This record gives sequence, structure tokens and C-alpha cells, in this order.
Amino acid sequence: MAYLKKSPWIMHYDASSCNGCDIEVLACLTPMYDVERFGIINTGNPKHADILVITGSVNEQNIEVVKNLYNQMPEPKAVIAVGICATSGCVFRECYNVMGGIDKVIPVDVYVPGCAARPESIIDGVVTALGILEKKKAEHKKAQKERKNAGEKK
Amino acid sequence: MNALFFLVAFPLIVAAILLILPKGMLRNHIVNISALVIISASLYLLATNYNTGPMLYPADYPWIGEAMLGIELLIAAYILYASLRSQKYLATILIILQSAVIIYFEAAYAPGIEIKNNVFIDQLSLIMAAIIGIVGSLICVYALGYMKDFHEHHKEIKDHRNWFFFVMFAFISAMFGLVFSNNLMWVYFFWEITTICSYLLIGYTGTHEAQNNAFKALIMNLLGGLAFAAAIFYLGSAPSANGIIELNELMTSGKAVALIPAVLISFAGITKSAQMPFSSWLVGAMVAPTPVSALLHSSTMVKAGVYMIIRFAPVLQGSLSGYMIALIGGFTFLLASSIAVSQSNAKKVLAYSTIANLGLIVACAGVGTYEAVWAAILLMVFHAVSKGLLFLCVGTVEHRINSRDIEDMGGLIVRMPKIAFMMLIGIAGMFLAPFGMLISKWATLRAFIDASPLVSPILLGIIAYGSAVTVFFWAKWMGRLIEVTQVKKQIEDKVNIEEWLALYPLAGLTVLLCLMFPLVSSTLIEPFILKIYNHAAQLGQDNVIIMLIMLFLVLVMPLSMLYYRKERKHLSAYMCGMTTMPDMRYTGALGITRELALKNYYMQNFFGENKLYRIGTALCVGLMALMFWGILYGEVLI
Amino acid sequence: MNTEQILSALAYVIFAPILGGLVAGIDRKITAKMQGRVGPPLLQPFYDVLKLFEKEKVVVSRSQNFYVLTYLVFMAFTGALSYSGGDILLVIFALTLAHVFLVLGAYSVNSPYSYLGAERELIQIMLFEPIIILTAAGMYMVSKLTIEGGSFRVWDIATLTTPVILYLPGLFLAFIYVLNVKLRKSPFDLSTSHHAHQELVKGVTTEFSGSTLGRIEIAHWYETVLLMGFIYLFFGYNPLIAVAAIIIIYLFEILVDNTFSRFKWPLAMKSAWMIALILGLVNLCALYYVKGGSL
Repeated sequence: MAYLKKSPWIMHYDASSCNGCDIEVLACLTPMYDVERFGIINTGNPKHADILVITGSVNEQNIEVVKNLYNQMPEPKAVIAVGICATSGCVFRECYNVMGGIDKVIPVDVYVPGCAARPESIIDGVVTALGILEKKKAEHKKAQKERKNAGEKK
Repeated sequence: MNALFFLVAFPLIVAAILLILPKGMLRNHIVNISALVIISASLYLLATNYNTGPMLYPADYPWIGEAMLGIELLIAAYILYASLRSQKYLATILIILQSAVIIYFEAAYAPGIEIKNNVFIDQLSLIMAAIIGIVGSLICVYALGYMKDFHEHHKEIKDHRNWFFFVMFAFISAMFGLVFSNNLMWVYFFWEITTICSYLLIGYTGTHEAQNNAFKALIMNLLGGLAFAAAIFYLGSAPSANGIIELNELMTSGKAVALIPAVLISFAGITKSAQMPFSSWLVGAMVAPTPVSALLHSSTMVKAGVYMIIRFAPVLQGSLSGYMIALIGGFTFLLASSIAVSQSNAKKVLAYSTIANLGLIVACAGVGTYEAVWAAILLMVFHAVSKGLLFLCVGTVEHRINSRDIEDMGGLIVRMPKIAFMMLIGIAGMFLAPFGMLISKWATLRAFIDASPLVSPILLGIIAYGSAVTVFFWAKWMGRLIEVTQVKKQIEDKVNIEEWLALYPLAGLTVLLCLMFPLVSSTLIEPFILKIYNHAAQLGQDNVIIMLIMLFLVLVMPLSMLYYRKERKHLSAYMCGMTTMPDMRYTGALGITRELALKNYYMQNFFGENKLYRIGTALCVGLMALMFWGILYGEVLI
Repeated sequence: MNTEQILSALAYVIFAPILGGLVAGIDRKITAKMQGRVGPPLLQPFYDVLKLFEKEKVVVSRSQNFYVLTYLVFMAFTGALSYSGGDILLVIFALTLAHVFLVLGAYSVNSPYSYLGAERELIQIMLFEPIIILTAAGMYMVSKLTIEGGSFRVWDIATLTTPVILYLPGLFLAFIYVLNVKLRKSPFDLSTSHHAHQELVKGVTTEFSGSTLGRIEIAHWYETVLLMGFIYLFFGYNPLIAVAAIIIIYLFEILVDNTFSRFKWPLAMKSAWMIALILGLVNLCALYYVKGGSL
């Protein structure tokens, strides 16, 4: 059954955002947009989360953090880059300390551009990520099976 | 009868041999073998007498009374000398007073009193004997290994191990004597011997602090001894008492005669079992080597105090003084448990928890109904075993990690898995359902609810809050032990064989007692209660089954570990995305490596030792005044 | 133990999570309405838990799942014991045991947030315990009025013809005050919370994920139903009033959850203990005093 679709828990990380996108992400939780309608909850804990929402571009200081958070999430998981900075680094991409978009560090599944991204488009991004999660689940299961088979052969 | 005599005499002979043999020759073998003999003898006694009911023996040996008096006076002379030398004049005054009372009694009244039975045995003394025999001897075996390490760790302390083991075994002999004596003079004699043994062992290391604490213990116990002597004197001198100084006769002589000596002896019991305001001696006694703490200050000697109070519980029942004793015990339980929250020194936590549990026993005995006495005896049994185990574990850990601080025991389950596991059993035995202490606490709660309306609400409040803080301080200790740290380095292999020899049986016994407690209750405790009250407290069959189901679950659930051992993805703990080393270090701002330290809550502001001790002292002194007021006016409440 | 008891225990084990989950769903819906939102579907809690069971199994330390499983088993056991009419004191002790296992699980992972969560969970146990023990004692005393010798059995108390609430109003209020501790609602959601983001990340549950987290949630449902049963005991003389009381009290607790901010632990502890002391103990003393003869 596809319960994953019905209860996507997100974790929001601010890589080096100007807070514009962060405010829009939080706006999604307000009565106006109320993402809990879709079962979306902001958990703030990678171990509980299914979707990692990152705002802002990656810089030298937080490469490790982004990687760690991503690694601490159990499979299946998806990453959404919210805002143009997270997508490509935007005007900061040439800075000496900026690596660029999130995809320079971890695989990103959905890009939500905008400066700042609108709550509608963020919600849309999350809903898109749900489909990807399902696909990933199937892949993950397959990979697990293969690993198991390989283990038995050994 | 022979078995009784053997149990008193044999440890004494062993003690003498251990003292004489030069340089600890054959010490290990002698201690091991005699421990085995004592355990077997006490089990034999239990097996042959559990269903015979109270048995009285004259045991009228020639000169024995005179010999006891002689030894008492020798001890008194020694205390006199030691206290004068150390300028502890309070002890001097007390010992002089006490000896004067006893000598006057011996001269004026004793010749007129004819003793029929000096020795007796019933289920309560059987239970006590089993505790002393099994737990006491195991602790002596443990002491072999521990003291070896102790003297290696502390080169500055002179090695008096011959003397040490002499006192330990003499003490065991005295404890046996105490629980088998029917003649109050004899009880008093053994009582004084436990006091002096305790004094000698606390001061064993000879440091200034040890000496001071030894005297603190001595003075408080002498105060109790004085009350004991006064009780005997009263029985000898008061016309109504008619010179009854035999326990069995005293119990049947009615409140008019027995209440005053009962309260005086209970006061002695309160000092010996370190109830507030006398609790400080037991805490101070923790400077002694750990086997001493285990033997004297947790699992056996302090039990002598509560043993006497339990003996007199039927007399105390329903009297104002009895209720005051119950409240002293109750408040001691509450305050000592609370103080334990604020302590991080493992031995101090154990000391306060001992005081607290003794308080609960005293509270039960003070209430004195059949349910309460039943609960008190259960508490005594479970506490002795679990606490003995815990002390020994702490001692072993202390020598391996060189600290007795609970904060340093983090991750012990990785470093010393077996010891940590045994410690967990001991701690679970102290507060978790369905282990021992909780069964007893449950019985206690029921007893308190049914107690007289005068004290029942207060006692209920006490146990409600007391058990809440108990959960807190034990659970946080447990939590510290089971942390799985990533740095794995076992340091368990250097533990002495003698220590294992004592630890395994005690851990096994803790679990076994939980499984067997319906049997212990029905074959030993219930007949005892039935004999006195014509009423037997009982556990409902249903509840026994439920507790056994719980125990079964607790024992079976760890098997799920086998399933969880399967290959699973391991992640590091969440640290806000910081990269951490296995030992929880991480690189902080500006590239500085920082260490992460986790510490328990101690809530000093709420549960500070000094503050609560002062409150306890004030409260309990007040209650004690009421207790004596109760006997002075002979008021008997229903 | 007779068949009836075993059947009701079984019924509890099977149906309590369903009921508890539904209550959680209604709870979220009402909370959303109070905040002017639409809120999730009614069955959202079930979706969440079922999803959790679909996730990858990851651990920080291998022993952690054992503690949580034991927590769940003992929570179910506690409820079953209560609903099959067992001894109320044993129910309380088993409840504490269950929570201690959760705490131990949180300690075992050696992670800062769950460590702090564990400490706070212990504080919560500590502030809840006196009131529930006094409540049990009070109920026993009330049962003495009609039952010879009194009874600790849950069924006996639940079927008392005397209105327990009239004898134990103080204890009832005190119980309502601390109920949010166990429901994990504000102002007492110190150790972990269902709401997004708290200062401890997720407190005790921080390091648990996937099916293990799902088990914690199911245990919570069991507990919710158990606590509702406790409220029932105050109104056992009339089942209709009892059900109405349960609903009203639960709604009240949701309201409190939405209007209060989280207490710090000293305030939580002081207030809960003072209330237990004043309302609870005074209530007991009054009971002894008024009914002195018949108790």
C-alpha cells in the first residue's frame, strides 16, 4: 500500500538562505495554506523525515551538515531544493565560499525555483516529490533484495 | 538447638583462626570453605525448622551470663579508652552511663530474675538467619578479592586484613546470636557487639575522616544502646513489669507492660537503622571499604534495628508512640529518597536508598497491623539481597574505573557487560515492577491505606511522593549504565575470581527471590503473622499470576535482541548535522574540537542534601518527642 | 482469571489501538479547527504509522529497538490488565514500568537530544506518579463504603453504585491537571511532542525511526485508551455520564493544549506536586474525616 504518499514528513534545513524562502516554507503551515491537509508535518528531525527541504545555497561551512542530515534519513527519501539559491546558487554562485546549488552535494529530486519561492509552488514541489518517493521505494526494495541475494551467494 | 549453637560459634572460631594465622596464610581457603559451611548451615536450619513454629530452648550454660557481662565491660573499657584518646567526650559520657545502668541492673535486679529460655527460633529469626548466612558469607568471600585490590590501590593504608576478617566474622556470629536470643540481656549483648564491630570497621583505614565517622556511628549507636539498657532496667525495676526480660513472655504480657520497653528498644532500633535524625552516621560510614558498607550498612547490621522494631510491632500497633515511629520511618523514607536524587556518588546514593528503605520498614512496623508487618518482612528480605548485590557491584566497578561517581559509569554495559547487567538486576530489584521491592511496596501501600485514619493520609502522601522520586533516581542511574557508547574497550577481565563468586549467586538470588516470593511468603512470613495476629495477609492468587506474567515478560523480552541483532543500517546520533567522532567529539566553530558530555539532572535546588537533612532532623526530633510523650502518659490510641 | 477477563483483555489488545488512533485523528481535526485550519483526514494517524512501517530500518545502537518493543508490550499489558479488571495498584506500577523502558531506550542511544528527553520523561513520570497513586488509594476508600473490606479491583471500582466523583473531587481535578503529561500535550509536553519543532528536536523519540517510531505511537494509543478508562472510574455509577465526561475532559485537554505554552520542568514539577498535595491530600483527609466511621 502507498501510505508514503499520504503522510510525507518533511525536514527543513536552511543552508544559507536569506530567510525569504524559509518564511515561505513556514507559511505553508499556516491556516492559509495548511499543508497538514495532505498529512505533511514538519518534523525537524532527519530520522523521522521522508523529505528534506533545503533553502539557500551550499557553502563551505555546511557541506558536511547537509550531507549528514541526508545520510541520517532512512530510505526512501527525497530532496527538494526550494528557491533559486538552492537550485543553482543564484547570484551567490560565484562567491569564493559558495559551492552552488544543493545538487553539488547531494542528489536533488525536485527543484522549486523562485525568489522567494511561493508557498503554492513549494506545496506543488512536495506533491511532486511524493510520486518520486513511491518510485524510490520500489527501487530501494529491489536493491535490498539484490543485496540479500548477493549475501546468500556469498 | 545444635544448629543454632553452631551458627553462633562457628563464625567466631573462624574469626579467631583468621586473626591468629600469620600473613593471611590459607585465608582464602578458610574464608571460602567457612562461607560455604555457614550458608549450608543456615539453609539446613531453614529447611528443618520452617514449619515447626516458635521453639524455645533454655541454653542455660554455666557462667555464660557472667562471660557476657565481662565482655561487655571489656568493650566499654575499650570505648572509654578510645574516646578519651580521641577526645570524643560525648562517647565517654554515653558509655559510662550505659555501663552504669547495666551494672546496676545486674547487681540489683538480675539475681531476682529467673530465665527460663535464653534462646528461641521462629520464622522471623529463620528469615534473618538466612539473610545473614547467605548474604553475609557471600560478602565475606567478596571481601577477599576486594581487599586485595584495595591494598594494592591504597598503599598508604596499613594492611590489617587479619584483623579485618576477624571483625567481619565476629560480626556474623553476633548477628546470628542477636536473632536467636530470647533473653533481652543476650540481645543487648549481641547488639553492643554489632555496634563495636561497626565502629572498628568504619575506622579501618585510620584516616582522620574515617576516625571521625567511626565515632559518629559509635555515638549514635551508643545513644540507642543507652535506650536499650534503659528498657532492660525498666523491666527489671518497674513493679508492674515483674522482671520479664524474655521476648516471648514480653510479647504476651500486654501493652501496659510491654509498651515502654518496646518504644525504648524501637528508639534503639531507629538509631541502629539510621533513621533521621541519626541518618548521618550511615552516610558517613561509606568511607569504609565497600564490603563493610555492604555487610554492615546495608544488608545485615542495619537490619538488626528494624528486626527489633518488627518484633515489637504488635505491641506498638495502635499506640501514639507506634504512630510516631511510623511517621519517623515515613518521613525518613521520603526525605532520604529525595536526597538520593541529588547525589552522584554511587555509594552515597546506595546509602540514602538504604536509609529510605529502612524507613519504609520502620513505618510498616510502627503501623503494626498484620498487613504492615507482612510488608515489612518482605521489604527486609528483598532489600538485603538487592542492596548487597548493588554494593558489591559498585565496589568492583570502583576498582576498575577508579571512581564511584555515577557519571563515570556511562556506557558500563559496553565496558563491563556482566557487572553492568548484574547492577541492572540489582537496580531493577530496588524499584521496578515486578521485582522484589515493588512487590513489597505494593503490600506497603495496601497496609498504609488500611492503617488508622490518624496517620493513613500522611503515610499515603509519603509513599506516593517517595516512590515517585525513587523511580527518578534509580532510572537515571540505570540509563547511565546502558548507554551504548561507540568506543568499546572491555575492562572486565581483571575482576578477581572471589568477586565473581559472590556476585553471581547474589544476582541469581535476586531473580530467584522474585520467582519464589509467593513461596517465601506462604511458608515463612504468613505462618509468622498468623501466629501473632490470628490473621494472615495474603496476595490474591490473581495478582501472583499477573506478577509472574510480568516477570516472565521482563525475562523473555531481551530475547528480542536476537532478532534486532540482524544486520541493520547504523547511523550516528543526531547532532544537528554536525559530524561527530565515535567518542562524541565534534568540530565546532573555528575548527576547534569540542567534547560532548552528558550529565544527569541532580536538582540541587529541590533536593539539596543539607536542606532536606535539616528539615528531616527537625521533623523527626519533633516526632520523637511526641513518641516519648506517648509512653510517659501511657496513652493508648485505637 | 476467568474467560470473561481473558476476553476483555484480548478485546483491549485488539481494539484499543484502533480506538486510540481514531481519537488521535479526531484530536488533530479538532486542533486544526481551533486554529482555523482544515486539518488532516480523520485516518491520518493510521496513515502515519503504516507509513512508518514501510520505511527502512535504521538504528543508532542495536539494543534500542528492544526497549521500545518492551515499552509497547508493557503498555498493552497494562491496559489489558486494567480492562480485564485487575488490581489498580498493579496497573499503576506496570504503567511506570512501561515508561521506564521508553526512557531506557532513549538513554541507550547516547544522543544528546534523546538523553535530555529521557531526563524530562523521568521528571514527567515523577510528577504524575503521586497523583495517580493517591487516586487509586482514594478509589479504594470509596469502594469501602459499599464493598465489605474494600476492593482494589478495577471492575469493582468501575461498577460502584456510589458516585466516586462526589467523594474525590479534589483528586479528580488534580488528575485532570496532570493528564496532559501522559497525553503528551502542552503545557506538559516536555519530553517529546506531537507538534512540529520543539527545543529538544523530538526528545525521547529523536533517535527512533521507522517501525520503532510506529511502535511508540501505537503504545501511545494504548495509553490514551487506558487513561480514558481511568476517567471512567470516577463516573462508574452511570456509564452515560462517564462517556460524556470522558469526551468533555478530552476536549478540555485539547483546548488547554492549544492555549498554553510549554512549562519549564521546575514549574511543571512544582505545580503538579503542589496540586497533588493540596487537592489530593486534602481530599483524602476530608474523606477520612467525614466518613471516618464507615471506612
